[in-house]
Amino acid sequence: MKTTATESRAVVGTRFGERIRLNLQPFYWLMLALILLAAFIPIVTGSSNLREQLFLVLMAVILASSVNIIMGYTGYVSFGHIVFFGIGGYIAFFLMLNYQVHLVPAALVAGIAASGLALLIGIPVLRLRGAYFALATIGINEAVRSFVNNFEPFGGSVGMFFNVQVFEAYGGSRNALWLAYYGIVAVALLTVTASYLIKRSKFGLGLMAIREDQDAAQVLGINPTRYKVAAYTISALFPALAGAIFFFKNGIIEPAPAFNLTASIVSLVAVMLGGFGTVAGPIIGGVVYDRLREFLLTSSIFSSLHVAIAGVLLLLIVLFVPAGLIGELRRRIPILRRFIE
Amino acid sequence: MNLEALLASGIDGLMLGFVYGIAAMGLTLIFGVMRVINLAHGPIIALGMFSVYLLTNQLGLNPYLAIPITVLLGLAFGMVMYFVAVNRVINEPELTTLLATFAVSLIIIGLGTVAFTTTPRALDVNLGALRSGQITVLGTKAVAVLIAILVAAGLYALLYRTRVGKSIRAVANNRSAAEIMGINTRGILAFSFGLGTALAATAGGLIATLFAFTILSGGTFELKSFVIVVLGGLGNPTGALVGGILLGLLEGVFTIFIPVGWVPVIEYVIFVLILLVRPNGLFGART
Amino acid sequence: MSHKHFRMIGLGVLWSLLIILVAACAAPASAPQPAQSGASTKPIVIGFTASQTGKLNVESKKQIQGMQLWLDDVKKAGGIKLADGTMVMPDIKFYDDESTTERVQALYTKLINEDNVDFLISPYSSGLAKAAAVVSEQNGKVMLTTGAADDATMEQGFKSTYQLYTPASRYLAGAVDLLGQMDPALKKIAIVHEKDSFSTSVANAANEYAKSKGYDVVLFEGYDTGTTDFSPFINKITAASPDAIMGGGHFQDGTTLAKQLYEKQVPVKFVALLVAPPEPKFVEIGDAANGIIGPSQWEPLVKYSPESASAANLPWYGPTVANFVSAYKAKYNEDPSYHAAGGYAAGLLLQKAIEDSGSLDAAKVQAALDKMDLLTFYGHVKFSTDAKTHGKQDAHSMVYMQWQKGADGKFVSQIVFPPEAKSADAQLRK
Repeated sequence: MKTTATESRAVVGTRFGERIRLNLQPFYWLMLALILLAAFIPIVTGSSNLREQLFLVLMAVILASSVNIIMGYTGYVSFGHIVFFGIGGYIAFFLMLNYQVHLVPAALVAGIAASGLALLIGIPVLRLRGAYFALATIGINEAVRSFVNNFEPFGGSVGMFFNVQVFEAYGGSRNALWLAYYGIVAVALLTVTASYLIKRSKFGLGLMAIREDQDAAQVLGINPTRYKVAAYTISALFPALAGAIFFFKNGIIEPAPAFNLTASIVSLVAVMLGGFGTVAGPIIGGVVYDRLREFLLTSSIFSSLHVAIAGVLLLLIVLFVPAGLIGELRRRIPILRRFIE
Repeated sequence: MNLEALLASGIDGLMLGFVYGIAAMGLTLIFGVMRVINLAHGPIIALGMFSVYLLTNQLGLNPYLAIPITVLLGLAFGMVMYFVAVNRVINEPELTTLLATFAVSLIIIGLGTVAFTTTPRALDVNLGALRSGQITVLGTKAVAVLIAILVAAGLYALLYRTRVGKSIRAVANNRSAAEIMGINTRGILAFSFGLGTALAATAGGLIATLFAFTILSGGTFELKSFVIVVLGGLGNPTGALVGGILLGLLEGVFTIFIPVGWVPVIEYVIFVLILLVRPNGLFGART
Repeated sequence: MSHKHFRMIGLGVLWSLLIILVAACAAPASAPQPAQSGASTKPIVIGFTASQTGKLNVESKKQIQGMQLWLDDVKKAGGIKLADGTMVMPDIKFYDDESTTERVQALYTKLINEDNVDFLISPYSSGLAKAAAVVSEQNGKVMLTTGAADDATMEQGFKSTYQLYTPASRYLAGAVDLLGQMDPALKKIAIVHEKDSFSTSVANAANEYAKSKGYDVVLFEGYDTGTTDFSPFINKITAASPDAIMGGGHFQDGTTLAKQLYEKQVPVKFVALLVAPPEPKFVEIGDAANGIIGPSQWEPLVKYSPESASAANLPWYGPTVANFVSAYKAKYNEDPSYHAAGGYAAGLLLQKAIEDSGSLDAAKVQAALDKMDLLTFYGHVKFSTDAKTHGKQDAHSMVYMQWQKGADGKFVSQIVFPPEAKSADAQLRK
């Protein structure tokens, strides 16, 4: 596999006209620094309002960046990716509630479990292509949602909830909310790092080769199944971690909000908005879409029309800026390609 | 098990299956002709419901007279939607068209919520019923089945007995070849898209005569349409009708045997399994 | 050419949007509310989120309408008087929560920290209220929950959250009692409910209660929230041959279930459904509504009055039932439902707590709420002061209404239970 990956890199590289690979490290550090800088503002000012807003922004970034790994890099539109968010949330919540496990180990177990599940369902499901795969992921999400709705150990349709006292173990609910925030910052940094490393690796090149032409990639000796399943498994980890933290903070988990198909589509929209298949795109897309939604929601003029306005904006982007903000910048100003992944 | 209840539920499910089938035909036709999954399918079904509701309640039309008008409105809506949202990205990968149609769905839901709120509406249509023991055949359901059969037959005739239908099939088969043969592919694509949305709107109109609904009600039928379309094979309208009937029947029969809350679980598991084992549908060729 | 042109414009628009957004976020929050003139008036803001979009839109809207009416009344009266003679002039501020929990915590944090609201009212529905309560408790804000009946929500050890609704566990208990009163020979109950958090808790409690009273629960099943056709399920219910059906969920499914029970001529004597029957629109299903019973937090025909208050040795507060109903009808041109009454009551009780404590201090208002034990148009209200269930509604009771056909062939919603509140006798279905 080693040699074949190298070969494919050369070929694919030519194909994309990206043979010149400058040292792009500064870009990565810049992104990380920007996220950290933003994350530090509420910590320094102690503003819980900003903290809550950034929590949602970072969650949007995590969901968009992780779905981008399977969708943007590999070309498999995972429509029901939110299923891993819900599974992660449920498993972690279950552990925290019934076995008094601390958030951090509970989230890790949930993340590994979700990845394991992705590995299992990925092997058969990733054989499907295009629309068939997209439909299958919707089906999986709905199947899991309706299953959990009947699954009594997870509380069935009533869901599960914490007694407020649970937060005492974390030094009160105020500290618990801060802990959730640190957690989401850590997961966001992890997601962005993974997204960047994959994009820059031979593994990432293999994925993009599959995206462009799976059969050709196979001829070149890439094992598409192994590559795709690996990408799917990785991309399931981060939503699960985010779900564990989100529902910990919420104090309550129910099937409908955990497996919300609309939230799944929103993360695809964020990817599209920022730039399909780029590292920075889903980050920008996540930030912009989340802020935009809150702006529309809380503005007195648009509040009742916010859904329709989001629709119009999305349509305009899809029709006229299909490469997204970052993709379009890269396309337009070639020099930027050296700096922005 | 109570045999009479089973029989009664089988009949109930079967009848509803025809309406499911019509809705799914719209989705599958669009996919078959242009490889687009229309995510505005559910909201368009809801628009069909409101079209019949408003025509009946505001203009005082008979609901069954409102249905042909809804067919035409659905056709017009779909053609406009095609030119506004789909035509420009028709050759892009499926993600692009998925998101374009999703954007339209957001617009419909957003404006619909403002215009109609999410207060449930219902049409008061009563055509009596045939009864025998536990078995009840409502007049409204029987008429819905009849209309569904007529619509399906009409679509079949259109596709296989007319020139336009021939063109649609040609475009579905090979778009560039059809273009070379002098077919106005853009017009045919727009018309096919309109046909798909007209079917969805018709299904919505029929549903409005049966159940209470809101602007969000299309969502349930959209998900069911996905299941049906996969049962019948993506892109196969006849398969969709059969798939719809099958799904209705399954729902009816399963309800008797297992706790009703588990029925959707079974449905979606079957859906995923069929995609994996027979992606071309139950009646399609094996891969 | 035009293609490129569009792309350029699109990109420009998008990036400028991005910059505006970032700027908007960085800019300080909206200016504080302009002070009402006069040194002796003090403006306060009451914040909440409402479901302006999404599936909870109808109930939530009624709740806001009730609250708005309360606000009008307070403003007309010149405000709420404090101990030092200052008049407090309340205002409300709310955002759309889209009927999902996703953004509820962020919006409540925004209300508390950015809009500096003084008091909070919960969103509609238990799940949303629970998420909001976590934030409000953490910030030590007083929050009144209305439209949230879940028991579990109020067994969290909350300190400053107060529940107005009768808890879910008591929703159908009265219906079981009513059935026993009407005909002790009817012993077989089918409990069928929507599989969502609220309806499932109600159904679980009803199941236990019915069994404890010696009833035979012949069918106990939940249906999926998206269910539109109940026909097959009704066949299953019929096959279990129950005397009574209890359960349901929300407006849409409850309406369809009632309609299809009628169409299929299911021979049950007694049907009690959640949420849907008390809504005035329920009667649009015509004859299918006949005889359907619904548990309600409040009905326009309730008999709470200053006289009944003094008879029960309770203080009376606020408008009479008739005044509330007529003011609501005058403003909105429709009968108030219990969601609307709950909205008004939330404002009213907050007002009472502020008056009693003579202050806007959260701890003092909290103490006043803890002590509160009174009768209003909405009924008897008293909050639990037990540490475990603090804030849970202890005194308020449900009434049970039934749609009955009058002599003129028109349907009337009558209160049929409990006996001391009833406006008509309950009827068994034929």
